[in-house]
Amino acid sequence: MKEISILIGGQAGEGIKQGGNLIARLFNRYGWNVFVYEDYPSLIKGGHNFSIIRAARKPIKSHKSKIDILFAFNQDTLKIHQKRIDKETIVVYDPQETEYKRGIKIEMDKIIQEQKLPSFTKNTLVLGATAKILNINFGLVKKLIKEVFKNYQRENLLAAELGYNLAPNILNLPRLRKAPKPLLTGNEAIALGAAKAGLKLYVAYPMTPATSILHFFAHYEDKLGVKTVQPENEIAAVLIAEGAAYAGVRSMVGTSGGGFALMNEALSMAGQAEIPVLFILSQRVGPSTGVPTYTMQGDLLFALNAGHGEFQRIVAAPGNTRQAFYLTGEVLDLVWKYQMPGIILSDKHLSESTFSTEIDLREVKMEKPKLWKEKGGYKRYLFTEDGVSSLAFPGTKNNVVKATSYEHDEYGITTEDAQRIKKMIDKRAKKKEALIEELKKKETVKVYGNKRSKIVLIGWGSTQGVLEEVAEELKVKFVQIQYLEPFPKWELEKVLKNAAEIIDVENNSTGQLATILRSHGFNPTRKILKYDARPFTTDELIKKIWQEIK
Amino acid sequence: MARNKIDSSILDTYAQNTWCPGCFNFVIEGVVKEAILELTKKGLKIEDFVLVSGIGCHAKIVDYINTNSFYSIHGRVIPVATGIKLANPNLKVIGFEGDGDAYNEGIAHLVSAARKNTDITVVIHDNRVFALTTGQYTATSPIGFKGKSTPQGSLERPFNPIELMIASGATFVARSYAGNPAHLKRILKKAIEHKGFSFVEVLQPCVSFFNPAKFYNEKIYKLEDINHNSSNYKEALARAREWDYSDSKGDIPIGIFYQVQRTTYEEMILKGKKLLNSKISQKFQEILREKI
Ligand SMILES: Cc1ncc(C[n+]2csc(CCOP(=O)(O)OP(=O)(O)O)c2C)c(N)n1
Ligand code: SF4
Ligand SMILES: [Mg+2]
Repeated sequence: MKEISILIGGQAGEGIKQGGNLIARLFNRYGWNVFVYEDYPSLIKGGHNFSIIRAARKPIKSHKSKIDILFAFNQDTLKIHQKRIDKETIVVYDPQETEYKRGIKIEMDKIIQEQKLPSFTKNTLVLGATAKILNINFGLVKKLIKEVFKNYQRENLLAAELGYNLAPNILNLPRLRKAPKPLLTGNEAIALGAAKAGLKLYVAYPMTPATSILHFFAHYEDKLGVKTVQPENEIAAVLIAEGAAYAGVRSMVGTSGGGFALMNEALSMAGQAEIPVLFILSQRVGPSTGVPTYTMQGDLLFALNAGHGEFQRIVAAPGNTRQAFYLTGEVLDLVWKYQMPGIILSDKHLSESTFSTEIDLREVKMEKPKLWKEKGGYKRYLFTEDGVSSLAFPGTKNNVVKATSYEHDEYGITTEDAQRIKKMIDKRAKKKEALIEELKKKETVKVYGNKRSKIVLIGWGSTQGVLEEVAEELKVKFVQIQYLEPFPKWELEKVLKNAAEIIDVENNSTGQLATILRSHGFNPTRKILKYDARPFTTDELIKKIWQEIK
Repeated sequence: MARNKIDSSILDTYAQNTWCPGCFNFVIEGVVKEAILELTKKGLKIEDFVLVSGIGCHAKIVDYINTNSFYSIHGRVIPVATGIKLANPNLKVIGFEGDGDAYNEGIAHLVSAARKNTDITVVIHDNRVFALTTGQYTATSPIGFKGKSTPQGSLERPFNPIELMIASGATFVARSYAGNPAHLKRILKKAIEHKGFSFVEVLQPCVSFFNPAKFYNEKIYKLEDINHNSSNYKEALARAREWDYSDSKGDIPIGIFYQVQRTTYEEMILKGKKLLNSKISQKFQEILREKI
């Protein structure tokens, strides 16, 4: 067996997410790589929720349409996922809730009621059943439950045992001799990367799919040393972050499109006042409220162009948890080095999916920014060779630190003088040149698959996982753009040189990356766009590519 | 303008002043400089003062005072000041806002800061007009205000910020008058020394767009002259309601309406820890182990 995919489906409030997470952890401890996709509507109870847990021998960062084992808590689950089921799919269902022509019947609700167990233990029952179906030693399940559940341990153990005893053994999932890896969501990886690069303050107003960053930091406050603040609105959030940055504290905000729209005026101020601040923009389906809990790559051009006036920014888009960790750390450091706003573009699919993640903590570093060392004579916007002025913070003797949203002179006093205005704009523009030189040494673009292929798939952000796998399977090249601003033209010129076909693959309806590529003189020949608010699956993308290049 | 012994010119900058001749912002600027210098005589350090301003005529004040400052955007003084204070609670953060800033564009921040008792001082230059945009009505303009956007007179009832601040939980609520610099200085120093959210509304005649100086001079009286009990919530509210921001009736109390002590926002959030240059050993491995 090379891989296996499991789906658990039911209503919101039945703890589907928890169940999926437990199964993923069991596979992880069994030496398998996992990826978990969570699908849920914007409601608290009812509706249809499901998780797909895919485990494989090789590293994976995406899911497939087809399912090997399906746990249906209700009839809806079977109806909605009919297309994922084939002859080989093992269907486990509750005959009280559901009817099906074949499969394994387990009276989950009834058993749980009879044993007077809390209803959420249905998920540990499913965990037990999974272990039995796949011939996984129950000892591992027991150990996992003991570690995960501080409360209701006895009840969860009992439920798992019932599941294990009631399910038949059908397959044999071999145990792999590989050390388990941390299972992280994109948002968790973003938070860890920022904390590693010296983040001290995270300010956010809740908005899916960025909210779990706030929860994560709040939960691990003592372990990470990052304070969280939840202010009155997004406008306050970003301005608190900028005030703190001015006073010398690394700060970050996180939101989705609507909240980011509210932050635009302050984004522009960060450009003008040269305030280092990092924005996490986790996209969901827009415009407006759109589809709050589903995924879309609709805000690329928005991130690049948000804020009035002309100013430099850094925009990067990680494609998986590993990249989310590194890039967030790297960009937080860069915004301090170059004193400008930075944006990390994520989306629901990256932010909330779970990945087996290998990270080397030492690789995210915190460099000291350029600091003012003299006693006195400080000028916040001093002209320098590379446009970067030294930082000093309020509270330092003999130095006056004047930050401002107005155009200003070197000292930070408002100016309307024609020459001075131009000179200050040129000063800020110089920072871009220095930044580009630094980025030339970094991995702005990543290449996967068959590097010599003349067929190139190109993408950005959360499609990375699916594109990497598809490129390997089809033996074509895949180019992922990690930095979108400054746009790594220098790197793309190299990797796209011999391309006969450049196929732009995006989770949006217009092909925003294709537009950007064209504006830089590249020529994407085709577009594969998906905008039904769901991420690509590998099989689906392969089919679409075949249709294109047949 | 009252001249004082202290030489505040050491806080001057080279910026060219662009206020109208006779603008009462000059008075406020002079008083702020003196208050800061007097407080430094009492032990505060000049480098620990940070002035934050919004956008409007009043906001130019930060260009004219040679201390740390953050000239921010319209209506957003309070969150910027909050961030600075959270980052470094040693700093004395004083915000300067117009009525347009504080009562129109940024009112959510004002109410939130009062509720949370953020340890900053906010000075409102209440000229009861959007001055820098050439004279439109604001939330404290009287009914019937004639400006370019309301040639027939404004229709909206003004609200009472003193009442709102007391009700929202501010722990220091005062009003002063730019026509009485000595009073303003006293109040300002007390506000800066107060631990918690200090709100100081300064009635400021605008010589170009709205000048009720004569009315103010007639109607203003000092709370200290009537033995007002500033720790009594009900009494404070009653005094606040004496004037409804009309331009024809009511006595106008100035002074400290309300002052109490309460744990500050920074104390609650930081719990004695600091953010600036904080060194904690981060426990990444422990977190990663939990995720297996
Ligand atoms: C977001 C935004 N909206 C509008 C403006 C235009 N504007 C500049 S100053 C001002 C009003 C200022 O009124 P107030 O805060 O009372 O200050 P004053 O000029 O009266 O001192 C406005 C609306 C702006 N700068 N920013
Ligand atoms: S318009 Fe009014 S507030 Fe503005 S500078 Fe002139 S007098 Fe002062
Ligand atoms: Mg005003």
